[in-house]
Amino acid sequence: MSLVRIEDTGLSHDGGKSFVFRHVDLSIGRGEFVAVLGPSGVGKSTLLRVVMGLIAPTEGVVKLDTSPRQAGTRSTALVFQDARLMPWRSVRQNVAFGLEGLGLSASERRERAEQALRLVGLAAEGGRWPRQLSGGQRQRVGVARALVVNPDLLLMDEPFGALDAITRTSLQEELLGIWEKTRKTVMFVTHDIDEAILLADRIVVLAGSPACVRGDLTVGPRPRDLSSSSRRVLAARLRSLIAGEDDPGSEAWLRSVDI
Amino acid sequence: MKDLRLGGRERLLLGTVGLMLLFAVWQAVVRLQLVPPGLLPAPSELWPAWMSEISGGFWQQSILDSLSHYVLGLLIGSILGNGAGLICGSVPLVDAATGGIVRLLRPIPGLAWVPFAILWFGLNNAGATFVIAISVFWINFYAAYGAVKSVDRELYEVAAAFGHGSFLARLLHVTLPAASPGLLAGLRTGLGQGWMSVVAAELFGVPGIGARMMQASSLLATDVVVVYMVTMAGLYALTDFLFGLVRDRLLRWQG
Repeated sequence: MSLVRIEDTGLSHDGGKSFVFRHVDLSIGRGEFVAVLGPSGVGKSTLLRVVMGLIAPTEGVVKLDTSPRQAGTRSTALVFQDARLMPWRSVRQNVAFGLEGLGLSASERRERAEQALRLVGLAAEGGRWPRQLSGGQRQRVGVARALVVNPDLLLMDEPFGALDAITRTSLQEELLGIWEKTRKTVMFVTHDIDEAILLADRIVVLAGSPACVRGDLTVGPRPRDLSSSSRRVLAARLRSLIAGEDDPGSEAWLRSVDI
Repeated sequence: MKDLRLGGRERLLLGTVGLMLLFAVWQAVVRLQLVPPGLLPAPSELWPAWMSEISGGFWQQSILDSLSHYVLGLLIGSILGNGAGLICGSVPLVDAATGGIVRLLRPIPGLAWVPFAILWFGLNNAGATFVIAISVFWINFYAAYGAVKSVDRELYEVAAAFGHGSFLARLLHVTLPAASPGLLAGLRTGLGQGWMSVVAAELFGVPGIGARMMQASSLLATDVVVVYMVTMAGLYALTDFLFGLVRDRLLRWQG
C-alpha cells in the first residue's frame, strides 16, 4: 500500500466559498521521490502542510501509512524554503530540535545530530551559530534537521528556491546522493521544471484555480540529462500542463506517461 | 565627514577625559565664585563629606536600606511585568480583555501611588518596594509584550513541524528565546528605572539613600546631597555593568 494517500482533498480559507485546491487525489509509494510542480501561489506548499497535518483539509482525507514509531523518529519532517533555523541555537542544537521530546538522552541526541551533519557535509560546523553560515550551508542544516528524525516521509518546500544557481545545483546533487543512500519517500514542491525533472521519479502537476492535479508523469531512469530530446519533450509537456493548455478529460490528458 | 570608529579602549579613555573635564569646570565655577556660595558644593568638598558619612555609618546603612527595597521591588516588578507581558502578547483573548485596563493604569506614574503605598503598606520597606515594583512593572510589561508580538511567526511553524506545537512547547522553544533580546532590554531599562524610583519611594520617609538626601537637603548640606547623587549613579553603573555581562553571555548568538 502507498505511504501517502490524498483522497479528494480540498482546502478553503473561507468556509467553502472558494478553494485553494479541490478534488486532489494523489498516492505516493514507499521510497518514491515525487515532485509537486506548479506555478507560484497555486497552493503546493499548502498541500504539503495538509499532508503533514499542520493544516486540516476542508474536504477529503490524507492518510499516512507510517511504520510503528521507533525511538527518536517522527513520521514526517519538513524542509522549509528559507531554512528557518533558530538563530539562538547552535547548528548542532538546530539539527537536534526535532529529537527533543522523543525520550533520547542528551548524548544520543548529540550523536544523532553529528551523524546528520556528516551526511550533509557540515560535520565541522556543529558548534557555530546560524548567522555564521552561508545560505547554502543553512539550507543543508535544514535538511539535516529533517533527516535526523528518520522520517517515513520527507517533505521539502521549494528548499533550493532561494539559493543562487551554483549552490542550488550542488545541493540538488547532494540531495540525490543522500536519497540514493537513504531511499526516503520524498514529496518535493517546486515551480522549477528542470529541478523536477532532475530530481524526481514522478512529477505531479498542480495547476488551475482552484488547483487540482493536472498531470502525473513518470520520469525515466537516472542520471538525467536535461538537454536530451526526450527531456526537452517532457519539459514542454509539463510547461503546457502548468499553463492549463490541456483540458482534463480530453485525449491530450495523460496520466502516468513514461517518457 | 569621515566615519570615526572607536574601539572599547578609546571610548573608555574619552569617557574618562570627559568626566574629568566636567569636574574641572565644576571646580573652577565654584572656586571663581561664578555661582553664589552655598548653592553648589565644589567637587573637592565631596570627599570630606563622603568620609564623614562613612565614618558615621550613614552611607553604608543608606545603601543597605535602599538595596533592600530596590532588589525586592525590581524582582517583583520584573517577574510580574514579564509574566503579564508574555501572556498578553501570546494569548489574544487575554490581550483583548486587558487592553482597557492597561490603557487606564499605564499613564499613572509610580509617584502617584505613594499615597496608596502609605495607606496600604505604611511608611516602611513594603511601601517603598510597592512604588518601585510598579514603575519597573510597566517597563517590563511593554518590553515583553512588544518582544512577543515581534517574534517571527514562521518559527512557530517550525516548532509545530517538529513536534513542539503545544502552547507550552511553543512558549519554551520559540517565544522565550526569540523574545529574549527584547525581554533583556526591558529588564535593563527597569534596572535603571528602579534606581530612579528609589528616591521617589523614599521621599515620604522610608529610610535609604533618597531619605538621607532629603534630610541633607533640608539642612542645606548640598555636599552630602551630591555625595548620594554620585552614590546612586555609581550603584546604577555597577548594576548595569553586571547585567550587561549576563546579557552579552545570553545573547552571544546575535554576535
